[in-house]
Amino acid sequence: MKLSDLNELAWQNLREAFLRNSLTTMGIAVGVASLVAMLSLGIGLQDMINRRLERGGLFDSVIVRPRVDMVRPGEQARNRVLGQPPPAPEVPAARLDGDARRELAQLPNVVEVYPEFRFAGDMRLVDEGRLTDVTSLPVSASTNDAFEGMLGHFFSSPNAHEIILQTDTAESLAQIENKHAADLIGRNIVLRYPGREKLPAESGNAAPGRRNAASTSTADEIMGFSVISSEIPLQVVGIVSADVVFSGGGAFARAGAFLPLAVAEDLRVVQGNDTREVIGNSLANAGEQYATLTVRVDRASAVPAVQDAVRNLGFATFSLLDLTRSLRRVFAILDLLLGIFGSLALAVASLGIVNTLVMAILERRREIGVLKALGASDRDVRQLFFAEASVMGLAGGAFGVLLGWGIGRTIQFVTAAYLRQQGIPAENIWLVPWWLVLGAMAFSLVVSLAAGMYPAARAARLDPVEALRYQ
Amino acid sequence: MIGGDGEIAFRSRDERGPFRCPRTRKSADLGEIRANNWALAAYNGCVTQPADSNGFAIRTDHLARHYQMGEALIRAVDGVSLEIQAGEFVALLGSSGSGKSTLLNLLAGLDHPSAGTVTVLGKDLGRMGALELSRHRNQTIGMVFQSFNLLPRMTVFENVELPLRLAEVSRVERPKRVQEALGRVGLAERVRHRPGELSGGEQQRVAIARALVNRPRVLLADEPTGNLDSRTGEEIMRLIAGINRPGDGSAATTVVMVTHERPLAEQFTNRIITLADGRVAHEERP
Repeated sequence: MKLSDLNELAWQNLREAFLRNSLTTMGIAVGVASLVAMLSLGIGLQDMINRRLERGGLFDSVIVRPRVDMVRPGEQARNRVLGQPPPAPEVPAARLDGDARRELAQLPNVVEVYPEFRFAGDMRLVDEGRLTDVTSLPVSASTNDAFEGMLGHFFSSPNAHEIILQTDTAESLAQIENKHAADLIGRNIVLRYPGREKLPAESGNAAPGRRNAASTSTADEIMGFSVISSEIPLQVVGIVSADVVFSGGGAFARAGAFLPLAVAEDLRVVQGNDTREVIGNSLANAGEQYATLTVRVDRASAVPAVQDAVRNLGFATFSLLDLTRSLRRVFAILDLLLGIFGSLALAVASLGIVNTLVMAILERRREIGVLKALGASDRDVRQLFFAEASVMGLAGGAFGVLLGWGIGRTIQFVTAAYLRQQGIPAENIWLVPWWLVLGAMAFSLVVSLAAGMYPAARAARLDPVEALRYQ
Repeated sequence: MIGGDGEIAFRSRDERGPFRCPRTRKSADLGEIRANNWALAAYNGCVTQPADSNGFAIRTDHLARHYQMGEALIRAVDGVSLEIQAGEFVALLGSSGSGKSTLLNLLAGLDHPSAGTVTVLGKDLGRMGALELSRHRNQTIGMVFQSFNLLPRMTVFENVELPLRLAEVSRVERPKRVQEALGRVGLAERVRHRPGELSGGEQQRVAIARALVNRPRVLLADEPTGNLDSRTGEEIMRLIAGINRPGDGSAATTVVMVTHERPLAEQFTNRIITLADGRVAHEERP
């Protein structure tokens, strides 16, 4: 029989026992709805977290550090035991300096490259000061979640002599004048910090001690530098409640105050890795270098390629993308579990299909006999029952998707209302992508066909002589 | 009919020149039809299977159907050898349990013989697969039952259309064929009615139209008048006799009918075979 005839006959048969078939179809619809509702919540949550992480700039960044090929104790001995030569780096270590920064910015897919400066700073209001950790922030950090709902505003320009304080720091600073933290906004403060100054050549020569003279021929910097207490006037423009902000190089920056990157760069603050310069004994790691550079990539999928390119330039890299792999696995398992729970209802509904179709065989026994006497093959009869199962499956699937969408929307609405009541901004935790709609309907069809398998085979096997005798 | 082909003959009277299908008006190569599109040509009434080379529509040879019921072996049909000429109208008479209906089911290919052979239009049903047998029921034979066996939820039109659906006849062709079949039984005006809205005689007419719609060469009727009063029964018999020997010169249809009613059999059929205990007890030509 042709497919169109099969479908027509199936519809006719289903209309005959309308109530029973509608109830069976509704059973499937409820099953599909629970599946869709569960999965749309799982997908919605995953999407929300992904969105947050991406906005935080965690997964589109590559952290670049100078590679230090240190001699590790025990390694030589271990290699000797194993009979292996020590691994030789393929690319010589390179200097992470201004040239390197420009070179990194030229790599494909790279949006920006910026360093991070961290130092202990003394913020002075009137004559008193408060010591806190200060860190630099690139302009792109303004989209960071931490600045959502901040007091005041983000830096007005990349070079503005402005500072954003963390709430605790601001409160502590405001106490100097017995005021509230919010009163600090717009006030000028002075930031005292350890400045780095080149040693004048004669002063270097005059300095006592055992300076390494072997590499003095090229750069004065290798000789060392002096640390001088320096100051800069800054205006407080904002106060943030979060004390952990993703700032770039150091991944999460726990800081009491934030400076615009360009301003921090101009300060020439002494950094931790500066000491390595002083002891450096080869050109490769001598001279002024950045402690870290953060390379921001236009999309997370390009991160591995950029990481490889950076490594080939002779730097060490690190990205959080590796960590997201396990996060994604957790979500895949969560979705799977939600899907299994959602499918349970569909499994129960499929038993309804089996029941309905087996009942139909008993009722339509004689009719099956007539069909066979008129020339219906076993395959025709089987296909007719499959067609009935698939009509119920598809109709149930379509209703189910609508119902699941409704349930998801309701959960979303209730959650948003609850969050607002708790003073938390509402989040979209529910998402029905098109593939879920199609997938749920296809799944419902497959389950229905599987459920129709036994009744269809039984109907096809029916002996026409017996069936015609049946009253 | 064109002789000598052994398997295919044309209903066309034009025995000379290339074959031209009366419906499509297209000429066709005999070998091509046989090789590729025999079934379709058959539906269209362009070709049909003839009787076998000896002119028999149906032959059975020591045909038997035995059932095992617990310990007992029921010999429903027990060594029946029959030869029915193309165009004959044969009545199978006998008491209840004599094996009439079982024999009819064996001829229809609904049941499988335990022994012996049954040949319809030159084809041994015992050698056919399930699919071939269903095609045999759909195209070669038409069946009429005592209890009409119309599907109650379908209209008269849909009931008669059912064998055409199974034969995958095109939707365009179907209404014409249904009307033609209903016209033959005199119910062309009742297409929209449901079986429940018709009298017993009318329902049996619809069932006959359904049996005829695929233009079978053999009509098998299992007590077609059993559920009808004597007057209506006679009308139905007259109708079947008309199908057996149409007055318009179109081809005759071989009819095998199971009945209890000897007077009707004597009046309308040209051969009465009486069965007893699954065997042929008596044969007569009224």
